[in-house]
Amino acid sequence: MAKVVAVTGNEAVANALRQANPDVCAAYPITPQTDIMQRFSGFVADGLVNTELILVESEHSAMSACVGASAGGGRVITATSSQGLALMWEILFIAAGDRLPIVMPLVNRALSAPLNIHGDHSDGMGARDCGWIQLWSENAQEAYDNTLQAFRIAEHMDVRLPVMICLDGFIISHSIERLEYLDDAEATDFVGKYTPLYPLLDVDHPVSYGPLILPDLYMEYKRAQHEVMTKAGKVVLDVAADFAKVTGRNYGLFESYRLDDAEIALVILNSAAGTAKDTVDEFRGKGIRAGLLKPRLFRPFPYREVAEALKSAKAVCVLDRADSFGGFGPMYMEIASAMMLNGAKPLLINKIYGLGGRDFLPEHAELVLSELAEIAKSGAVRTFKEYIGVRE
Amino acid sequence: MAETLEIRWHGRGGQGTVTAAKVLADACLSGGRHVQAFPEYGPERSGAPLRAYNRISTGELRMHCPVLHPNVVAIADATLLDAVDVAEGAREDSIFIVNTSKEPSELRAKLNLSPKQKVYTLDATKIAMECFGRALPNAPMLGAVSKATAVVGLDSLVEDVRKSFGKKFSQKIIEGNIEATKRGYEEVKEG
Repeated sequence: MAKVVAVTGNEAVANALRQANPDVCAAYPITPQTDIMQRFSGFVADGLVNTELILVESEHSAMSACVGASAGGGRVITATSSQGLALMWEILFIAAGDRLPIVMPLVNRALSAPLNIHGDHSDGMGARDCGWIQLWSENAQEAYDNTLQAFRIAEHMDVRLPVMICLDGFIISHSIERLEYLDDAEATDFVGKYTPLYPLLDVDHPVSYGPLILPDLYMEYKRAQHEVMTKAGKVVLDVAADFAKVTGRNYGLFESYRLDDAEIALVILNSAAGTAKDTVDEFRGKGIRAGLLKPRLFRPFPYREVAEALKSAKAVCVLDRADSFGGFGPMYMEIASAMMLNGAKPLLINKIYGLGGRDFLPEHAELVLSELAEIAKSGAVRTFKEYIGVRE
Repeated sequence: MAETLEIRWHGRGGQGTVTAAKVLADACLSGGRHVQAFPEYGPERSGAPLRAYNRISTGELRMHCPVLHPNVVAIADATLLDAVDVAEGAREDSIFIVNTSKEPSELRAKLNLSPKQKVYTLDATKIAMECFGRALPNAPMLGAVSKATAVVGLDSLVEDVRKSFGKKFSQKIIEGNIEATKRGYEEVKEG
């Protein structure tokens, strides 16, 4: 029996981690994630999990401890945000390159400077190329569900890669929402037992992690890493299907919202997608064929599936809550790549919104959809990249 | 179409306004309803004006932004009436609930409300002082919201006050807050 509660996103994620009962957790505080590790430390202190908690002196150490513990043969977690993820950067690549199935919630927050603690996607987008699987979450329920599924995906024998679960700082992490928890037994059963693969602590079968590989083999190693990533999409779907059996809640590689016959479409991640869906409904009410695509799996990116989902659209706006200064927003670049695989190419514009926690309001979604309707009609684009909700 | 009630709370840091929004969300979970409670995240300073929000709906809540057009404006500190625009974005039939010793008619005039807008007043600070000796108006404000909106019954509200205050406070404080919630419900005046 599911238990219905009103909790914050952080509390929900902390409980998913508790239900997975990891062997090792490396904890270091950073706003807005702190609450997750604080609650998890409480679970350890209260004997609700069998986890060995390592209180480290930095995020670089947190990820290093995770790498060691995971290579040692344990189910391993940590959580971070923003500068914390930035400080982990070096070790993120090692976790992925060594094929270590570490699970890490990332409570998305802006990067310094200037210092800002609020929600945006710069941290997660910056970690695009580190070889981690990324799952993005609209609300507390999705963050909880994604965290449980992350263990299954990471630890799958066809994958064995680290997974980060992204949720919006404050907007989701600190807001209270209705949420359905799985029973502990149900959740634990869904996540399953951890099976180590080539653990360092199996001294009868000694192995090495992270040796020097010179030009004669490095590239083969990296290509293999890409190939395993491309297989992760299938596992993500299989795990989602199992999850739906337990909960009735359906997850895909992305969410298609009213896209089937859409002429204009938004592509938008996380919490702002929820706000935008209500506006899409309003436009549908006015007879305008609007739709929305909300990516869930950002790495590996499902290019062909996204191209297929957007095939009826004449005009698409990709909204990015992160920027690439002097370039397009990171999600725009992915969608532009996806559309190159598609015969029918829509007019594709990019809006940067919500940096550093700036509110994304229904009026912003309205403005963008109205502009798209105009573009679809006239075929003319005024400007390809623009900042919205910003003072001039 | 789902029915959604949107509440905007105005308070000052340290008055328990954010707690009030959280307790209300929890109490409104019954009957399969969807709820949200979230504060505006500024610098958290004691005494500084703050806003907190609730959404309560029979349908799924997808909106993740501040409440712009509240059905209910709950003002936990009357000194805010001169400091912030508490009527900003109000609907033509919004309900205002104000912690003040003044009569509803005086508040109606001060807020310059239209005839369709309702105003309720209660001396929540006095009730709190009498019930548990501290100027924390959130429990009586919750009682008043329950009475003015019928969004949640007094019994389930009291149960949630007990549950959330029980984590932090002594039995005496909890009982005082429950008494204060009930008195807020009973003493709030419509005008």
